[in-house]
Amino acid sequence: MKRKLNVNRNSAVSYSIVIALYIALSIMSASGLLGRKYSSLLVPVCCYIVAAIGLNMNVGISGELNLGQAGFMSLGAFTAVIVAGALNFHGITAPALVLLICIICGTLVAGFLGWLMSIPVLKLEGDYLAIVTLAFGQIIVNIINNVYLGIDENGLHFSFVNNTLQMQPDGSVLISGPMGATGVKTASNFTAGFLLVLISLIVVYHIMYSRNGRAIMACRDNRIAASTVGINAVAEKTLAFVVSAALGGAAGALYGMNYSSFAATKFDFNLSILILVYVVLGGLGNMTGTIIATTLLVVLPEMLRFLSIYRMLIYAVVLIVIMIVTNNQAIRMKLKALRKGKAGNGSGKGASVNG
Amino acid sequence: MKNKFLRLGVIAALCGAMTACGSSAGTSSTSAASASGSDTAVASGSVSGTTTTASGEAFKLGASGPLSGDASVYGIAVKNAAELAIGEINKKGGVQFELNFQDDQADTEAAVNAYNTLADWGMQLSLLTVTSGSGQSVAPLYKEDNIFGITPSGSSTAVIFQDAENNTNPYGNVFQMCFTDPNQGKASADYLSEHTDLGTKVGIIYRNDDNYSTGIYNTFVEEAKAKNLDVVSTGTFTKGATDFSVQIKQAQDAGADIVFLPIYYQPASLVLQAAKNAGYAPTFFGCDGMDGILTQDNFDTSLAEGLYMLTPFSADAQDEKTQNFVKAYKDKYGETPNQFAADAYDAVNALAQALGNSDVTPKSSTDDITAALIKQFTTMKFQGITAPGDITWNENGEVSKEPRAIVIKDGAYVSAE
Repeated sequence: MKRKLNVNRNSAVSYSIVIALYIALSIMSASGLLGRKYSSLLVPVCCYIVAAIGLNMNVGISGELNLGQAGFMSLGAFTAVIVAGALNFHGITAPALVLLICIICGTLVAGFLGWLMSIPVLKLEGDYLAIVTLAFGQIIVNIINNVYLGIDENGLHFSFVNNTLQMQPDGSVLISGPMGATGVKTASNFTAGFLLVLISLIVVYHIMYSRNGRAIMACRDNRIAASTVGINAVAEKTLAFVVSAALGGAAGALYGMNYSSFAATKFDFNLSILILVYVVLGGLGNMTGTIIATTLLVVLPEMLRFLSIYRMLIYAVVLIVIMIVTNNQAIRMKLKALRKGKAGNGSGKGASVNG
Repeated sequence: MKNKFLRLGVIAALCGAMTACGSSAGTSSTSAASASGSDTAVASGSVSGTTTTASGEAFKLGASGPLSGDASVYGIAVKNAAELAIGEINKKGGVQFELNFQDDQADTEAAVNAYNTLADWGMQLSLLTVTSGSGQSVAPLYKEDNIFGITPSGSSTAVIFQDAENNTNPYGNVFQMCFTDPNQGKASADYLSEHTDLGTKVGIIYRNDDNYSTGIYNTFVEEAKAKNLDVVSTGTFTKGATDFSVQIKQAQDAGADIVFLPIYYQPASLVLQAAKNAGYAPTFFGCDGMDGILTQDNFDTSLAEGLYMLTPFSADAQDEKTQNFVKAYKDKYGETPNQFAADAYDAVNALAQALGNSDVTPKSSTDDITAALIKQFTTMKFQGITAPGDITWNENGEVSKEPRAIVIKDGAYVSAE
């Protein structure tokens, strides 16, 4: 198997959009053109894009419904807080290094739990993954809500349900039950977010256009037919799911290191659904669409602030309009014709993925 | 095909029209307080001979709270009362305010966005946030930019302390108008131990995934132990619970004659319903989160009859200040103000008093304003509507004032004595 960066028309569009946006926004942010409000949105947008790309891997490419992406984000975020707390306590404070280690740990923890979960579930056919991930998201929220965790010279202290940490005076509490993570030293920045988006795109595209990716899509389209030609459907689906979970964890770690304080209730069922909305509106299996949809939908409520109390009402209206427009056959045809006209003999590869 | 595009065009045009309307409404509403202030200032100016115009010479007061979503009752009450107070203050002349109130849906992430929106606007001082969770996520930002904030109702210790575990290392520029959660738990236990006629066996139902609820619960239990209160049962629930029959049964079986509910009013209303269904009628006792239960939609107020709550404000208090506030609020918004509104009203008035006593002007730098306000707040005495006596603050930003107990009688809040 050849190892090289697999670039085709589809991925090239994604990469160039992300890079162009990064350069433009960096310049605008540095020159103060964006203002504090939009500058502060850059990192959360990157987080949600990574989480949505991950989810799209699972929902779009592998065709399994996942309702627990926020749970994986939560795992990543709280892992990051614990790791960062431990690193800071031992005198490692360089933000870039801390962030890198946090993101790696968050990714691994979320990926590992995703893998554990996939063992029993993905052997089954049907909606079981949706049910299990839904429950997983809820369980994670409830567990973390009851966790008290601190660090001092004797190491990590942990207590459950009631706060019985016996901390030395030099220690600091990292997770405090329903209060969530407090006093986090923030380390995320837009460049890190951009790199994470780029890396997740490379990972996802690499899988999509590899032999494994073809196999995953084959299982999505017809599991029985795929099995008859010798594809191990369970293994392929597991791969997609674990990648999805791991990217959720990475996104969560980036998110966690961006806010000085956040609670487990932030990563509830609503957030999972929100990310699913980004994916569905962006287009199942369409990474470029996911990036654009996520950016728009995260920024939109902030752009609508001038509407004061009508803000969320208009937000809902916009969502509905987008849904009608993107599902309109006439507009789709028009877009397709436009694309064909532009690209001439566009590669057939892309079309099959855009399902 | 053409027809469909036409329709889409119409939709787009409609959206455009709505946004346009919205934008004008939005800007007018933010400047409404200052505009009405300037009108009346001019009117009164013609009598006294001096005219004060609000624009340009007003302090830019920022705030964020839930105007949409679950907790919007609190956000709207705070916004209304703050606007009311600012209207009155601007009318008087002297210190002038311009309010910018942003929606944060009681969400930490949205609160940070709201803070940045306010910072872009040029906020000079702030009412911080309405809810605790949002408050603790933006407090470090206030510290970083050195902007003075006083939260009307963010009652968690994490709002004012960087180390909320030990209550040390305060932000210093973040103050509270309301009691902290631990104080409420302690005051509730004290009150119950002094009023044994209400009952002696205490059952507790609290929400163990909520900061506010666990904060009160922990200190209540601690103080109850110290005061020899008999806690016979403890029931917990989590966000979104709708069935409380188990917890009620538990308290009933344990023979509790007081049920302490350190929770918000939405679940509390369901607890009351569950108790009625079980034919169980102890004395229910709540804290400030219980406030608002009477104005909840589709709530049978007879269920709340005899409900005690410890809250700093009761709308039926006979002093002149409270009466004036309640009347003005009712006239303007058509409902009885709750204690969130009262806290916000006091917070704005305290800010006005502090600014009036100092020599900073809206043209002063934010650092000067913050320094002046910290100095004033830690030294001044303030008389408001959320306490019978003087209200003072310590340098941690904690408020010191007397709590009062109120009880619901005939569908209205009445002072309990």
